Amino acid sequence: MGEAVAYEWKPVKGFALSGLFWGLVSVLIGLFISIQLWKPELNIPPFLTYGRLRTVHVNGLVFGFAVAEIFALSYYMVQRLTRRALLFPKLAMVQLYIFNAAIAAAAVSLLAGMNRGKEFAELEWPLNIGVVILWVMFAVIIIGTIIKRKEEQMYISLWYLLSTVVAVAVLYIINHLSIPVNLTKSYSLFAGGNDGNIEWWYAHNAVGFVFTTPILGMFYYFLPKSTGMPIFSHRLSIIGFWSLVFAYLWTGAHHLVYSPLPDWIQTVAIAFTMFMIAPSWASVFNGYYTVGADWSKMKTHYLTKFFILGITFYGLQTLQGPLQGLRVVNQIVHFTDWVPGHVHMGTMGWLAMTISASVYYVIPSVYNTDIYSVKLANVHFWLVLVGQLIFSISMWILGIQQGVMWKAISPEDGSLTYTFMESVISSYPYWQIRTFGGLLFFSGLCIFAYNIVMTIVKANKTAVVAEGR
Amino acid sequence: MSSIYKKPIFFTIIVTVVILIGTAVMMVYPMFSTEMHPKMANLKPYTALQLAGRDVYIENGCYYCHSQMIRPLKSDVMRYGEYSKLGEFTYDQPFLWGSKRKGPDLARIGGKYSDKWHYKHMTDPRKMFQGSNMPTFGWLADHPVNAAAVEAGMKALGFPYTKEEIEELKDKTKLDAVIAYLQCLGTAIPKKPKQPLITMGEKNPLASDANAIAEGKRIYEMNCAACHGIDAKGDIGPDLTDKEWLYVAEPIGDDTLFSIIADGTNKDQVFQNRKAKGGMPSWGEFFGKKKIWSLVTYIRSLEGK
Repeated sequence: MGEAVAYEWKPVKGFALSGLFWGLVSVLIGLFISIQLWKPELNIPPFLTYGRLRTVHVNGLVFGFAVAEIFALSYYMVQRLTRRALLFPKLAMVQLYIFNAAIAAAAVSLLAGMNRGKEFAELEWPLNIGVVILWVMFAVIIIGTIIKRKEEQMYISLWYLLSTVVAVAVLYIINHLSIPVNLTKSYSLFAGGNDGNIEWWYAHNAVGFVFTTPILGMFYYFLPKSTGMPIFSHRLSIIGFWSLVFAYLWTGAHHLVYSPLPDWIQTVAIAFTMFMIAPSWASVFNGYYTVGADWSKMKTHYLTKFFILGITFYGLQTLQGPLQGLRVVNQIVHFTDWVPGHVHMGTMGWLAMTISASVYYVIPSVYNTDIYSVKLANVHFWLVLVGQLIFSISMWILGIQQGVMWKAISPEDGSLTYTFMESVISSYPYWQIRTFGGLLFFSGLCIFAYNIVMTIVKANKTAVVAEGR
Repeated sequence: MSSIYKKPIFFTIIVTVVILIGTAVMMVYPMFSTEMHPKMANLKPYTALQLAGRDVYIENGCYYCHSQMIRPLKSDVMRYGEYSKLGEFTYDQPFLWGSKRKGPDLARIGGKYSDKWHYKHMTDPRKMFQGSNMPTFGWLADHPVNAAAVEAGMKALGFPYTKEEIEELKDKTKLDAVIAYLQCLGTAIPKKPKQPLITMGEKNPLASDANAIAEGKRIYEMNCAACHGIDAKGDIGPDLTDKEWLYVAEPIGDDTLFSIIADGTNKDQVFQNRKAKGGMPSWGEFFGKKKIWSLVTYIRSLEGK
């Protein structure tokens, strides 16, 4: 293979650990707000109320956890796939420090109530400028390294990375355009239904280009890498990639079914949402057939099951999502707890499973050691799997119950059968079950973090011993 | 074709174009179309106090649990009122339709309850609705509105305001503001007159029925006790156990009592030669005939107690 490349692993390590830290904090907050729902006395005004903590939970996991791990794993993949060291490694380290400072500042500002009023786009304008700068740094490093690559052909993971870099920039900048009032307050540049359409164009595609394309990039790289099995079909991945990046941007308005938006926008969005099943399942089939060459890997190689369960939840997610877009289904499940059930299958199932498997692969690789404990990784797997299933399934049942209660009309005199309060009171047992599921998930994550930290501790000890010789 | 995967810049440009196609059709084109920007004739920009309240609503993440978008579905319209129209949101920067109903929709909450009701509910939601999980927001009364910031906001949004309006903000709290905001929601559309559920003169088919008393008591405790007191001796709403009905100490017909519960009261509305002060919400679509007759029966059973 020629001379060894001196790879730059410091930014990879830094972002992987930062993401782990923010992930733990944000999941812990999620656990706390899940309790607040059935124990409202736990709301401690003004900072620790549900309406503020929920924002920190979501932003902490999207930006603090997912984006940090995306940076870490992208910096790993891009070096391996281009067979060269990261371009501008110092810039990547500067980015790491600014990133952590920005996440901390974001958390404090959200707790202080600085909120733009748009979901997943809450941060106020000075922080948004910071986010854009961080993203430009990411773009420069990734695109620069790819341009200066030593391997002519770009592997599919790099396609997904490049599409992520571009799409997130476009989405983020447009939806965050604001009229500043002062340093801590701004109003959206857009108004009313138009603002709503832009918001969901952004929010749905942020899911697409933060929670889907980079994670698929990881899947296509780390699954074959860690199992030693080549991807089943390159052609399928090409079809999947182009149809996914083309169709995703049409679908956002399926979040606004039955809203006052013009009907055609809703209908076109629903149609493209149905179409999205195809590219999503192209990746699912590719994953299944790849491991299908030897299913015993599920037992013998500890990471295989993370990837296969991850892609399974991705597959279920991308079937459930389009179904929810259909008007007949939407009118029952929309606005109910079905939706958090759906979202958390994607995040706790697909996203967290795939990211943790990739981190399990990368950390030993960059520290030049083996994982501290495969046994603990297996315990982690089962805890997060069972925790997530309890969470999602209880919320699906509850969502249907709420939807049906809200719609129920008495056959006797045509009045509404239930008051809103009756639907709230009957939700409590499910909300408590969800907290239990979240507790299992959180303990799984703690084991994951412990396992990663111990791997690093072990590697450092070995390194000291090696130096001593 | 395969060479595109060897040219990263060309590849990135192609990906960008592919992404922008859907964006252009679904986001950019609607933005510049007139059908996206209608305005209701009655819709007014927010006043300074209302805007301050809207900021408080956003600051505390109210929009995560309360939607402000009524769908054109029978049950949504019955529960919350006329479905939302695009022209009602022209001044909403940002829009606050929400995506989740952990609490009820608020698109037409304006005028449904009295201010007094809102103050009480914000301070102790569980006193008004047993089993509610809404956090308490009475603490907002300890936080004054920042008049200068609100004025800057009014300017930024180009909303008209007077100096007096800003001056008045100086003695307002965040709780005053958020309630003022809630009270204006959904009021650009006039309330449609409701089809009465009964004709005047109709007799209570459940009069003195023991089951109806029990059912009425259950409904009363869940929905009415908040304002009329658990013992029905009155609080925000009047005492229901005394001889006085609408401020006159004379009996009132079952049919009138029914229509007050079903349709609510407006200020100066006349019922059997007496004037209402307004403030009673309408419950007709929530309860329907049978439950309201049960309530009437239950209330009758309290008289003189």
